[in-house]
Amino acid sequence: MGDFYIWFGGFWNNVIVPGFANLCVVIQKILTIGVVETLKVTAVALFFGVMIGLVACLCKMSKHIIPKAIATVYIEVIRGTPLLVQALFFYFGINGLLVSASGGSIRMAPLFAGMFVVSLNSGAYVAEIFRAGIQSVDKGQMEAARSLGMPEKLSMREIILPQAVRTILPSLGNEFVVLVKETSILSVIGVSEITRVGQIQASINYRTFSAYLGVAIVYFCLTFFLSRLVNRLERRMAVSD
Amino acid sequence: MIEVKNLHKYFDKLEVLKGIDEVIDTNEVVCVIGPSGSGKSTFLRCLNLLEAPTKGDIIIDGVKINDPKLDINQVRQKMGMVFQSFNLFPHKTVMENITIAPIKVKGLSKEEAEKIGRELLERVGLLDKADAYPRSLSGGQKQRVAIARALAMKPEIMLFDEPTSALDPEMVGEVLEVMRELTHEGMTMVIVTHEMGFAREVAHRVLFMDGGYIVEQGSPSEIFDNPQNERTQSFLSKVL
Repeated sequence: MGDFYIWFGGFWNNVIVPGFANLCVVIQKILTIGVVETLKVTAVALFFGVMIGLVACLCKMSKHIIPKAIATVYIEVIRGTPLLVQALFFYFGINGLLVSASGGSIRMAPLFAGMFVVSLNSGAYVAEIFRAGIQSVDKGQMEAARSLGMPEKLSMREIILPQAVRTILPSLGNEFVVLVKETSILSVIGVSEITRVGQIQASINYRTFSAYLGVAIVYFCLTFFLSRLVNRLERRMAVSD
Repeated sequence: MIEVKNLHKYFDKLEVLKGIDEVIDTNEVVCVIGPSGSGKSTFLRCLNLLEAPTKGDIIIDGVKINDPKLDINQVRQKMGMVFQSFNLFPHKTVMENITIAPIKVKGLSKEEAEKIGRELLERVGLLDKADAYPRSLSGGQKQRVAIARALAMKPEIMLFDEPTSALDPEMVGEVLEVMRELTHEGMTMVIVTHEMGFAREVAHRVLFMDGGYIVEQGSPSEIFDNPQNERTQSFLSKVL
């Protein structure tokens, strides 16, 4: 029994206490640097993702062949390749090409490249969310609007989209929460978001367990809080409906 | 006023309309009857190009409307349409349902449009529901709003696609009453219906359709009391 006390005393003093201290440091670093960057990328990607998604969706549903083809290729390519690969290709591939072609005078900041890639990625998924929402609106709504002499674009804007948004909102809220987690991939191109900050901390003192535990805790708290917020917003929208 | 020449309509390979020739005069009330799948709704929907004719011409006031160069929205303003499933806009109030097209398409001010809206709602007996949303209305009330919405564009022709088929029996009367008043005002109307009593009462002419053709047509008494065609006889013996 005495052996256990000695072992536990050592474990407590050499592992638990410094580990917990390191966890506090990691979380503090993440909160001061990482969370801000993660939320920055998420907010920008959410905004542009919705914009790109709406345009891509309308193009894909268009009768004209060229916008339809462009939108289809865009959506298929983005959804058919991993975000990790897209980030690597865009930052190291395209940016690398830019840097060498310009002799180093043009280069993208990782944060900009990261925002660009995640927006583009999110846009493809949002386009499909929008398409499902628009197609869920009864066909008779468009017919009724058109039979009143309303042109197609006006009918879309006044009649179809407002109804589609109601069915889209839950999926869009979900996309928002997913985006928070997906931005972790940008750690590979050096965006100092949550995961990257955790990696740096881990490499400073090799206290990897507490470093990545800290990363996980922060992500969980963020998504937990955000999904509750999104739920509440949805409920409020449902009441005003 | 409406002239249909050799109208054919295919859905993929299925031929739904097999050559319709028809002339509907101004102020005429025409009821279209026939079994399900006979093409009567498709015929009606071709008249305002909700379905594009595969072949043939539709000429309204001397203008061929299935001409790709023509602005179809201009033509549709002349024709109101009432659907079996009402198709009211659920996110808009009754008044907004009625005023949206006059405001956005004709460019009326909100005040002008609402003035017309109130007159129409009074006519269909629903002025007190102006600020209600469609989901709080009964089927009969919804259809009366839908008629008011179509009338708000001051159409010259009204098309009705089985306007009472989705209604509970006790609500059919209130909708037919509104339609009856319209016939008294001299509105040109094409009505696809299963309400034989109503057709007999208001129609100037009845068309019997079957298998993509207009098989027989004539005055209500000719069609209902003395049908000549075998298929008309067989249909009427089942529904009357």
